Amino acid sequence: MYRIVSAIFLAENIKKFEIEAPRIAKKRKAGQFVIIRIEQNGERIPLTIADSDPEKGTITIIAQGAGKSTRELNRKEAGDSIADVVGPLGTPSHIEHFGTAVSIGGGVGTAIAYPTAAALKEAGNYVITINGARSKDLVILEEEMKAVSDEAYITTDDGSYGFHGFVTQKLQELIDSGKKIDFVLAIGPIPMMRAVAEVTRPYGIKTVVSLNPIMIDGTGMCGGCRVTVGNEIKFGCIDGPEFDAHQVDFKNLADRNRIYHHEEKEADEAFAHRCNLTGKA
Amino acid sequence: MDARKITAKERMAIPRQEMPAQDPQVRIGNFQEVHLGLTPELAQMEALRCIQCKDPVCIAGCPVNIKIDQFIKLIAEGDFMGAVRKVKEDNVLPSICGRVCPQEDQCEKVCVIGKKHEPVAIGNLERFVGDYERLSGQRIDPVLAPPTGKKVAVVGSGPAGLSCANDLAQFGHKVVIFEALHELGGVLMYGIPEFRLPKEIVREELDGLRRMGIEFRTDVVVGRTITVDELMEEEGFDAVFIGVGAGLPWFMGIPGENLVGVLAANEFLTRVNLMKAYDFMKSSDTPVFDCKGKSVAVFGGGNTAMDAVRTAKRLGAEHAYIVYRRSEAEMPAREEEIHHAQKEGIEFMLQTIPLEFVGDDKAWLTGVQCQKMALGEPDDSGRRRPVPVPGSEFLLPIDMAIISIGNGSNPLIKQTTPDIEVSKKETIVVDVNTMQTSKENVYAGGDIVTGGATVILAMGAGRTAAAAINEKLAGTAQNFSEW
Repeated sequence: MYRIVSAIFLAENIKKFEIEAPRIAKKRKAGQFVIIRIEQNGERIPLTIADSDPEKGTITIIAQGAGKSTRELNRKEAGDSIADVVGPLGTPSHIEHFGTAVSIGGGVGTAIAYPTAAALKEAGNYVITINGARSKDLVILEEEMKAVSDEAYITTDDGSYGFHGFVTQKLQELIDSGKKIDFVLAIGPIPMMRAVAEVTRPYGIKTVVSLNPIMIDGTGMCGGCRVTVGNEIKFGCIDGPEFDAHQVDFKNLADRNRIYHHEEKEADEAFAHRCNLTGKA
Repeated sequence: MDARKITAKERMAIPRQEMPAQDPQVRIGNFQEVHLGLTPELAQMEALRCIQCKDPVCIAGCPVNIKIDQFIKLIAEGDFMGAVRKVKEDNVLPSICGRVCPQEDQCEKVCVIGKKHEPVAIGNLERFVGDYERLSGQRIDPVLAPPTGKKVAVVGSGPAGLSCANDLAQFGHKVVIFEALHELGGVLMYGIPEFRLPKEIVREELDGLRRMGIEFRTDVVVGRTITVDELMEEEGFDAVFIGVGAGLPWFMGIPGENLVGVLAANEFLTRVNLMKAYDFMKSSDTPVFDCKGKSVAVFGGGNTAMDAVRTAKRLGAEHAYIVYRRSEAEMPAREEEIHHAQKEGIEFMLQTIPLEFVGDDKAWLTGVQCQKMALGEPDDSGRRRPVPVPGSEFLLPIDMAIISIGNGSNPLIKQTTPDIEVSKKETIVVDVNTMQTSKENVYAGGDIVTGGATVILAMGAGRTAAAAINEKLAGTAQNFSEW
């Protein structure tokens, strides 16, 4: 069992956990993920590691309650334990001194973009961060992002905070202002990542996205997380999760991620129903 | 019948005893084991068929050289616990091997009785012995040598790792097994289905290893969570055995392979076996493709393919096909599994290859374009090479495709331990006599060395490695103690 040291909501439905996992805390690099299982009968869920503290032996994960398992996770409090945490999995982000690097996070994707933004800063880049959310109350990690950014922007779809619009519009604005951008990292919902790729493509700006395909073991064994990149089959868990955005077949990823849509909905509804009955959730 | 009084003629007249099994129509509706096991009477009768050859060729046919003639004699005499002891001198997992070994290609293939009659059912008898011990409640735990003070890390808790750990513990070494998944047993748990190998058996065997003092660490991916070098330098292990299995499923590289509904057998079986997806929404949170009333095609002819297709049938598939490019004779699966599959209504489309998967506008699989094959000249493997028959293309409507054409090697250990030499196929290169890799004190065995093979070959490799590790670590000390 892996003990939860702290658990706090960053926004409605988005919770940050510090979990005791000393081996992973020591090893983990930006861009890597863990697979967790909440209970004995639980699913294996991949979640990117947002941060780690090798001294304390803890890792930080940030989860949005999107289905049965993540909602169940979000009910966990400090002092509770979860059944399994395995990692760090995936190939670490490729970090170098690119020059000017833009890190874009959409929704809970900001949690994943954060460690890489921090690593880019560490490597001497001029770091610009753009964090998008639907509205002001869903903005997360604002202070953390500011701390690792030379320029930090917030965008909201409804204009309730920061720039009124999508992250892609802010990115386009930066490009149009004549700023020389050498590298873009975009992490968020598939449509957002695809849109960012289309913004940077005409300018030939190196752009990397972190993909979230369905997976089970996370070590290359199941083959469930295969994605189409440059017309080749790649495994999200070992070749990724980060890939060249201009090579990724986003439609294929979106299609493949829908395979258990029906089952997930069913499980989620049953869980919500149970929570309503018991008054917990 | 008394073992001592039986005449040769009477002996030869005994037919091969059939093991009771669930009726095919019943078993396709459940995940319980197909075979029900030999009764003591049936086992004794079967054991009487063995003529106790002076030169028992069956032993040489067994990858771990079980003293087959001796344990069968003990069964014939009714000394079942004696038979348990005898088998366990060479094989610690008889309940498992009796169920999953390809006996028809090993011990039973060379059985002298088999020249004129059906061979002695050595596999069924081994299974009987293993089950007898489990069900008797009198577990025979091996005697352990005094502690040597040496520590060995075993990476992977599948057949290779378990057999290696068992022998190392008997030699008196401290053994810690590291497993990447949350559950122990490797392919025995995630790959082989319940109806062929009940998971309870695997758990009981693991308990036996725990009683020997072997420790287990789940959720550790060696190559990611910790490296081989760190195991030795930081965690104080004197040697490391790598038995991580083959790992990476192969795909066919044909168009449409990334459509929704095309899965690797590993994924399908892991969802059902390890994650218990057949019980989704009840005891499991993991879903699996809903097979009810659907058409499912499995591509391949090995044991994994048979496991996958029979699992799909049990999950309610209306049509469950095996699509295989050669003929039944060339299928690498155990004969028994092929027969079971046939009886369960699996539809075999032999000498057929898929050309392209086709899907609808939502990218969901709807069918597979196939072509018939004819057998040509033998290839390097000695099997006749399939060649396409022009004009024989046809469309097979299917809802799910399961690819089961084998596995490549997992790159994780290689990436982080570059001084372990790998072949062109990325399997780990070892000295076959010791299973030692190019790195000092690091050994490897099982599918990561051979590519996809069998449980028993992996177990044999684990034992070979254990002996070599023991010699390396404690050999000199033992020699001195004998003075």
